[in-house]
Amino acid sequence: MPPPADAGGGIAVMRPGVSRVSLRRQRRRWGDTVFGSAVALTGGLVLVVIVGMVVFLVLQGLPAMQHYGFFSFITAGRWAPSEADPTLTHPNPYGILQFMYGMLITSLIGMIIAVPLAIGAALVITEIAPRRLQRPLSSLVDLLAAVPSVVYGFWGIFALIPAIRPIVDFLTSTLGTVPVIGVVFGGPFFGVSYFTAGLVLAIMILPIIAAVWREVFRSTPRNEKEAAFALGATRWEMIRIAVMPRARSGIVGASLIGLGRALGETIAVTMVIGNAVLHINPSVFSQGATMSSVIANEFTEATEPFHLSALFVVGFWLLVVALIVNVVARTVVRRGVAL
Amino acid sequence: MSLFEHHLYTSPLKRPSRLLRAGWLTASVGGALLAAACGGSSSTGGGGTTAPSATPSSVCQGTTAPPGYTNGVSTVSGQATSLSGAGGTFIAPMMSIWTSQYASSNGVQVAYQSVGSGAGIAQLQAGTVDFGESDAFMTDSDISKAKGPVVQVPLAQAPVTVAYNLPGVTRGLHLDGDTIGKIFAGQITSWTDPAIKSLNPNVTLPNLPIAVVHRSDGSGTTSIFTDYLTKESPSWVSALGGPDKSKGKTIAWPVGIGGKGNEGVSAAVGQNNGAIGYVELAYAASQNLTYADVKNKAGDFVEPCVKTAASATVGITSYPADLRIDVVDQSTNTDAYPITGLTWGLVYQNQTDKAKAAALVNFFSWVLTKGQDMAATANYTPLGSDLQKLCIAQLHKLTLNGSPVAP
Repeated sequence: MPPPADAGGGIAVMRPGVSRVSLRRQRRRWGDTVFGSAVALTGGLVLVVIVGMVVFLVLQGLPAMQHYGFFSFITAGRWAPSEADPTLTHPNPYGILQFMYGMLITSLIGMIIAVPLAIGAALVITEIAPRRLQRPLSSLVDLLAAVPSVVYGFWGIFALIPAIRPIVDFLTSTLGTVPVIGVVFGGPFFGVSYFTAGLVLAIMILPIIAAVWREVFRSTPRNEKEAAFALGATRWEMIRIAVMPRARSGIVGASLIGLGRALGETIAVTMVIGNAVLHINPSVFSQGATMSSVIANEFTEATEPFHLSALFVVGFWLLVVALIVNVVARTVVRRGVAL
Repeated sequence: MSLFEHHLYTSPLKRPSRLLRAGWLTASVGGALLAAACGGSSSTGGGGTTAPSATPSSVCQGTTAPPGYTNGVSTVSGQATSLSGAGGTFIAPMMSIWTSQYASSNGVQVAYQSVGSGAGIAQLQAGTVDFGESDAFMTDSDISKAKGPVVQVPLAQAPVTVAYNLPGVTRGLHLDGDTIGKIFAGQITSWTDPAIKSLNPNVTLPNLPIAVVHRSDGSGTTSIFTDYLTKESPSWVSALGGPDKSKGKTIAWPVGIGGKGNEGVSAAVGQNNGAIGYVELAYAASQNLTYADVKNKAGDFVEPCVKTAASATVGITSYPADLRIDVVDQSTNTDAYPITGLTWGLVYQNQTDKAKAAALVNFFSWVLTKGQDMAATANYTPLGSDLQKLCIAQLHKLTLNGSPVAP
């Protein structure tokens, strides 16, 4: 059956050979073109921006990369701009392994703490809390997600550090004295540390992950949940068989959003990590730095030879590491979520 | 209490609210320290309690008389009504007093971006500002990247305090260069170390590990502080691997916590019993930090204040023609506070715009005369009279198409 002449804008009927094209349809075809190219433009723009950013980072980092060698940055773990000498190409004073370590360890601590808490928070809001409490709890989580990161850093210094100090002092005096693992929990604790940064990150990403999960859990059809109950499932079993399987992709997505924010978070981390750039400190209670924190700290006065260029190299590797971690995390979380 | 009130005696810092006002937020995104610091003006109380110092220092008592310089360049006519500058964060609070006063008295708007000394030099080299500012003078290689010769004019003297947080110990702990050097190199790790004890026989030092706090961002303050350590502490120099690596805006700190900006350092010092860090005097005074008396070339332990910082250029006579001089730990005056540097205004010698050239000369001349009087009341240190005369002479070097702007 041929489509009716006034069928709403089906592209298939707009053949150039058709002679009786109404004015209305012509206008619509023009609109389609505009809309189509506008969408293509915005989509393309995103690509152009990303590619442009990578090209820019590489171009700016090129002087340092050419001088010291492309891979020398990620094989060295000592950042000492004051030792840079334009006539020496080895050793590279701009090693960035310790920043990668700092970035990964703080994000790891943050995720380990935030993910279970966020699952709990999201489930409480959607399934467990009384209906009267669901809405206020829900808005509180949204509110937390909207707090600017600098406020988290600020709060971390003046509220979190004094609060955790007795606990960490206890840990360093007990766990810290055990052979082997004591290295990881050694003191003295001066407030700012990898652990503090991880904790602040956990609190920052928790509401973001919880807010997305809340929406994901809410999207479970009511009749499926009731069907689970009808089959005699307990509340936990209902969550496991009715809510979780549907939420899988959402769980992956939310975790990645949280991880993304944790990896790239700059100012809050800079305020509480202690900014020790020289080398990796083995204890999680000692000071360190992340890739973004070193850029934030040093770009204004990057006056040593190749210093600014080396910071662009850090930016480049930050992008690469973030990309790799995202891909790996996506794969791992997808597989792990099959409950 | 405002940021610029003069505090002579202070209680140990334990004051998050003050740090809040002093602008963690704004400073971390690059500046406007002053605006935030002046935002709240009520005191949390307790700031005026007088604590007995380990050794009363008489030099710093009383108010500092303004120098009252009147030898400015006679006003050049036909000046522009606006100027732009960029540079160090150290001078930024002072600069905002200067610019607002200058705007109301002379009708010229000076926009100063507090972006850091390195960025100030870079902006001057790129020609995006009318003047630059830096806590370290431009080196020959800096000037070679600029669009022509640069006239460098010291604007103020910059003392750096050694601040500490020791329960039960008030201000005025005695420290000498080598001891400070060993502490920052991680070679002295406890406050009960014999080296500290022998300098302070009458002080009961708590048995605490030393938490070293330094700047995490490149800074002129770091440059002045490490310059002093390099001159006074062989242990510091050898720990860092030579004098070329042991001083500068960025240092490969062997130990310690990095704080971003003066506010980051003072927060870390304030939060950790046993911490020691270095902070500019104007900031340390406004934050009620407790800081050390430091041994100078004459062998005296001197409290940092405007008066003793002003003495840091007393007795220096051999200034180079371009005024690029390192005054840190040079004076042999008994009252000189040794960790005192200079901060420089940077202008192109060969100006091309008549109106801008006139405005530049007039503004700098005003800063070097009336502006110096304002410095003392804001805990900034005015230039010594010998140096100030040479600075005025620098302004006469500016030319417009080959002929002097201010004859």
